[in-house]
Amino acid sequence: MKQPGKVLLWVAIAVLGASALGGIALNRGESINAAWFVVAAICVYLVAYRFYAGWIAARVLTLDATRATPAERLNNGRDFMPTNRWIVFGHHFAAIAGAGPLVGPTLAAQFGYLPGTLWLLVGAVLGGCVQDMLVMYCSVRRDGRSLGQMARDELGHIGGTAALIATLAICIILIAVLGLVVVKAMTHSAWSSFTVFATIPIALLVGVYLRSIRPGCVLEASLLGVGLLILSVAAGGWVHSTPGWREAFDLDGRTLAGFVIAYGFIAAVLPVWLLLAPRDYLSTFVKLGTVALLAVAIGLLSPEVKMPALTRFIDGTGPIFAGELFPFLFITLACGAISGFHALVSSGTTPKLLARETDAPMIGYGSMALESFVGVMALIAACVLDPGVYFAINSAAGIVGADPQTAAATISGWGFPVTAEQMQVLAHQMGEQTLFARTGGAPSLAVGMASIFGSAFGSGLLAMWYHFAIMFEAIFILTTLDAGTRVARFIMQDVLGAIWKPLGECSWYPSVLLSSLLVVAAWGYFLYIGVIDPNGGINILWPLFGIANQLLAAIALTVVTAILVRSGRLRYAWISAAPLAWLVIVTTTAALQKIFSADPKTGFFAAAGDLAAKLAAGALSPDRAAVAPQLIFNQRLDGWLTALFLVLVWIIVLDMVRVCYRHLRGRRAPMDTEAAYVRTQLA
Amino acid sequence: MKKVSLNWVDALWRAVRAVSGDDAYERYAAHERSHHPEREPMDRRTFYVTEQQRRFSGPTRCC
Repeated sequence: MKQPGKVLLWVAIAVLGASALGGIALNRGESINAAWFVVAAICVYLVAYRFYAGWIAARVLTLDATRATPAERLNNGRDFMPTNRWIVFGHHFAAIAGAGPLVGPTLAAQFGYLPGTLWLLVGAVLGGCVQDMLVMYCSVRRDGRSLGQMARDELGHIGGTAALIATLAICIILIAVLGLVVVKAMTHSAWSSFTVFATIPIALLVGVYLRSIRPGCVLEASLLGVGLLILSVAAGGWVHSTPGWREAFDLDGRTLAGFVIAYGFIAAVLPVWLLLAPRDYLSTFVKLGTVALLAVAIGLLSPEVKMPALTRFIDGTGPIFAGELFPFLFITLACGAISGFHALVSSGTTPKLLARETDAPMIGYGSMALESFVGVMALIAACVLDPGVYFAINSAAGIVGADPQTAAATISGWGFPVTAEQMQVLAHQMGEQTLFARTGGAPSLAVGMASIFGSAFGSGLLAMWYHFAIMFEAIFILTTLDAGTRVARFIMQDVLGAIWKPLGECSWYPSVLLSSLLVVAAWGYFLYIGVIDPNGGINILWPLFGIANQLLAAIALTVVTAILVRSGRLRYAWISAAPLAWLVIVTTTAALQKIFSADPKTGFFAAAGDLAAKLAAGALSPDRAAVAPQLIFNQRLDGWLTALFLVLVWIIVLDMVRVCYRHLRGRRAPMDTEAAYVRTQLA
Repeated sequence: MKKVSLNWVDALWRAVRAVSGDDAYERYAAHERSHHPEREPMDRRTFYVTEQQRRFSGPTRCC
């Protein structure tokens, strides 16, 4: 940076960002404008990208633009192909953006706006973005290898196997929790159910169009599909207001869970082109469009954030999920700040497309910064609601009471005033029967988005905006459900293949059926338990998902740290070792609390014991007593699962320490897993 | 008649096609022509179906 103009510009960005952050942190007024969050976030990302990512790229990784990438050396015109970096950025962002950064910040808003905002920013620029970029760099230098392969190469069989088990576990928990979000959004809502069901025939139609009518014409098929999706949202309104139709689509949670499970199995065994691929195209279009629309609406409108900076629930008594600020804020935000799942994509499709390795900071670090910004917007959407309304939507009936008056009184008693009438008016505006106890995060995000869109683009269409937002979340949740089931199935086939060889053949149909059935049964079980749980289910599953996700991130950072140390960059290894240490502290503390806490709200075994005691004493109502045995079993299972996650984290970390120690003592030759230097021929 | 300069519209259109994967077959066909002129490239439909099968054989979507 020689030019004084540039220096001044960066100083200005840094000062602006610091003032916006200071304004957010020190604000003690009734409300604060959302523009502060947007400005603070953008400045933080810009400064971090220019200086931290730039420093890592130049000093630590010494990225070399003259080195030919796998895309160039192994070009096959299909998955390996040098591609313009903006286009790779688009692909990569579309692949990493999912429902996690929308749901996580929405739930974390129970602590107030400040903790969530700070961790979304700090966690992303120091942890998540660094992880994505480093994993991408390692994969690019190793012919586009996957995280699992790199774990085996760098750590050996123990690390590799642990990575495989963790991936399988995270897929299953992830699908269950996302399925639960969709089911909760559709429960007793004819409009939502109709719209979400309609996405299936629309996807099938687009699939047939793309295969048989105009093969591979993705743009026109997607536009057709998106048009039909918007039409289905409008048609849902008609269903909602037409007696007969409304009753037909007014379904309870158990029925909907059955549908989602059946759908998941059918989608997993159907050919990819028929359902998964077209759904993926549609969800990408809808997702990018809606995220852009939300950014424009927040920019145009700069709504007031009404949630306080901190709420009383930082003490761990929150109604949405139990547990104190540390460690559960970090577990809940999960993918908005650091997402282990991204490491799979950063070491999957993307590194095979990079034309130059110097594109890695922009694509790896930049995409994650944008993803974190999506998280900030979701947090804003949750915090623009009146806090009373936010808690009324997100608190389960088992916690605040099933009857609207009781629930409103409980929530008002916490200092967040809300009335049953106010909620009734809101539900009517949104085209829903009720908005009380609509847990899962999707309905409250949809209400937040609808009120932002409504004020920016006209409030006559609130119900349409609400259901558009529900459709938007449902469509890419169902895509993740299909894709995740398939990934889990491949891993399952890998595992089964070790037991009996033919089961490992990916194309042998009986093996496909069996492994799909096992995977769907596994997530279907957690989904079903979540639906019958009177406390909403999400309060159990989301922390479990968060722990699993952060565990996968810890594995990715472990592999990267081992590579940094073994390639002679010990003095810089802290760039991944520091976030790794933080993740290990967070996941270990959270897991230990989940296992050993004596508080039935936090600890799995304590909850099981508490419920068993109540059941034995006959203190439960008949409908609760009927599901209690299943809930008790499930709480114990979740406890053991958490213990498994904890053991896996420590196995991998200790294995990494062992490998690094042996390397540093010279007991192990520096194994060169990097592909040899070849000079690029690209201009 | 001189060609009207619509470079940026053209560039934008090409970018949109590339990001969405609309031009995947053309890129594949071009690659096959230049690198493997001796063999017959797949037709559009076969390419599309096998390409989707390959794409979804690994993690493509996150939470």
